[in-house]
Amino acid sequence: MKIAVSAIGKNMSDGLDPRFGRAKYFIVVDTDTNESAAHDNTQNLNAGQGAGIQAGETVARLGAEAVITGNVGPKAFRTLNAAGIKLYLCGQMNVTNAVQLFKTGELNETTAANVEGHWA
Amino acid sequence: MKIAIASGKGGTGKTTVAVNLACVLADNGRTVQYLDCDVEEPNGHIFLKPEITDTEPVGIPVPVVDEEKCTGCRKCAEVCQYHAIAVLKKPLVFAELCHGCGGCALVCPAGAIREENRTIGVVETGMAERLAFVQGRLNVGEPMAPPLIRTVKEKAIAGGVAIMDAPPGTSCPVVATVRDADFVLLVTEPTPFGLNDLRLAVEMIRQFGVPHGVVINRADSGDRRVRDFCMAQAIPILLEIPDHRRVAEAYSRGHMAVRVLPEWSDNMLKLWGQVKA
Repeated sequence: MKIAVSAIGKNMSDGLDPRFGRAKYFIVVDTDTNESAAHDNTQNLNAGQGAGIQAGETVARLGAEAVITGNVGPKAFRTLNAAGIKLYLCGQMNVTNAVQLFKTGELNETTAANVEGHWA
Repeated sequence: MKIAIASGKGGTGKTTVAVNLACVLADNGRTVQYLDCDVEEPNGHIFLKPEITDTEPVGIPVPVVDEEKCTGCRKCAEVCQYHAIAVLKKPLVFAELCHGCGGCALVCPAGAIREENRTIGVVETGMAERLAFVQGRLNVGEPMAPPLIRTVKEKAIAGGVAIMDAPPGTSCPVVATVRDADFVLLVTEPTPFGLNDLRLAVEMIRQFGVPHGVVINRADSGDRRVRDFCMAQAIPILLEIPDHRRVAEAYSRGHMAVRVLPEWSDNMLKLWGQVKA
């Protein structure tokens, strides 16, 4: 399956971005083939409002079935939910390690937003 | 004539100048209205103590999508500058982000979008002695102030004087208040904070080309830098008001400065003379 990880850089060795809507990049990883591709999210980074909604649409378009990020607000959560994308929250680490934790089932699925909008 | 009272920084004396100016003009027999455009925190009523005779709900049109008719083409999501509508497996509306432009309904090829009114606040009108009073009150937690401010401003009577009390800052609600004013009075204080926010306010007002001038409140405190800035930028200083304990006391009790300190009446009339000129 494809999972999207919010990241501060384009590489698997880069850190997970704790923000979802305003993450710098999304790295989409195929957990079956281990192929990965980075997608720039700069446009959202500078959005006045609705960054979480846009990011939700972006990861849905990229075909992700799950998202790993640090925090997610109520509108982003509603968007991911509507797209049927599962959400996993994860602490500070690089993308490779986050994906590893996901694969070994050590990340729990989150069923609610954990921060208010514009928390940063 | 529409006069906006703005400041940049909060707490400089916008409302004090606005209510006292409006009151003195009404005392002098002018047809004058006080419009409280600070709809998130209207406080002119504390001093003017108006009798509210009319309350009118104000709303904006927000989209409602018929999921049966929606083809998922995403045209609505693409046209929305505020990301208030998204299309995933089904359409999603975030009504609190919607600015009510109606673009989504217009572009929907399937005719799946109709608009529904969403109440954002009320406009209250009444009289405070001879002064006509209007204020907007935005619902608590509601982010969309500009449509309510526009409705408050629509209450301005043609041919009269409208004193519009603006919110602090330089963002959308302030822009909605000042953009079509005939004159903007910028109330500031001679402190580094006052100066910083005055600069931002001046920058914003210049975008609209509205004539403006500065009132320095508590002028005997702080330093000279606000005056130097106005001089360098050729912005007229229309009035300097010294700090006065009796004005502060009156304010804290919700009383009008012009009622406790007669020189305030002279100051306000002098200010009006400058604005008219």
